Amino acid sequence: MKSKWLMAGAVGVVALAFITGIAIYRDRSAQQAATAVQAGSDALVRAHAPVFGNPQAKVTIIEFFDPSCETCRALYPVVKGIVNASFGQVRLVLRYAPLHPGSDRAVQILEAARLQGKYWPALERALADQPRWAAHGNPQPELIWESIADTGVDMAKARADAGSPAIADALRQDIADMQALKVRATPGFFVNGRPLTNFGEAQLKALVNEELAKVPKP
Amino acid sequence: MDKAQRSAGTPLFLAWLVALVATGGALFLGEVMGKTPCLLCWYQRIAMFPLVVVLGVGVFDGDARSARYALPLAWAGLGLALYHSLLFWGVIDEALSPCQQGVSCADADLQVAGFVPIPLLSLFAFTAILVLLLSNRKKEGRS
Repeated sequence: MKSKWLMAGAVGVVALAFITGIAIYRDRSAQQAATAVQAGSDALVRAHAPVFGNPQAKVTIIEFFDPSCETCRALYPVVKGIVNASFGQVRLVLRYAPLHPGSDRAVQILEAARLQGKYWPALERALADQPRWAAHGNPQPELIWESIADTGVDMAKARADAGSPAIADALRQDIADMQALKVRATPGFFVNGRPLTNFGEAQLKALVNEELAKVPKP
Repeated sequence: MDKAQRSAGTPLFLAWLVALVATGGALFLGEVMGKTPCLLCWYQRIAMFPLVVVLGVGVFDGDARSARYALPLAWAGLGLALYHSLLFWGVIDEALSPCQQGVSCADADLQVAGFVPIPLLSLFAFTAILVLLLSNRKKEGRS
């Protein structure tokens, strides 16, 4: 009988240590992320990054984004909804974190569409068709061309633009910033420079609302 | 109750405790700290995780014979941990390692608190479990 109580006690102690460990670890990584942001606040928003919503918005969501990432795809309507429901108070800045094989090519294609002002429709088509072109182990980003064909993009021009050094440079900058900010998974969110450390839809909305509350009322 | 309970005594309980802590630690490193387990780590996990169940049932029911079922797992884990540690310290060439691309089994990132290598922790845990189980078996034989 005694051994059973000992067992229960041991399981309890290990479980408690585990949960305490999670809290301590989260706290520590939040502090690390905060210092990384302070050290490299330039790394958050770059002039070349695509912006969705009012460019003068007081609250900026920076999303380190991978076109091949399933969670990025799932959260896209949520983030878009936050921006659209904010009456110009919130904007989204997309930075690329091409962590999957083939993502860099996907970014090039999307950026080529952006040069023709068709970025957001192209992005939405690409995300809708993501299961088709971003299969794990067999990424085929070239299929995105088919997905965006009916957005009105001049395909010949876009194909020529996709390989441009300007797009490659922007992507390189994004990857360097991602590493400086210690973003290791996508989507990586920052709201007005504050990292979203406890990942989730509700947590993201809460962080945005906290920042909205700080905006002085006119 | 009396004899079996006594023979399934402290060493078995301690071996279970080591397996429990090791499993908790492995899950913490993997799930909370986000370290992706390398191939060899996975094989060691395969040996370690069932030990919690096998030894746990043994301790719970006071069945010292559970050590018999735990021993092959512990031996396998010890062998893997030894191989992994040698790989980590560079005694064995990494080119010979069965690690796939992705996470290197000889990576310096395999450290806790910056200085304790994870393969070494695994080696300690499996060694402790083996010593405890073997000492338990000796006692069982004597009684």
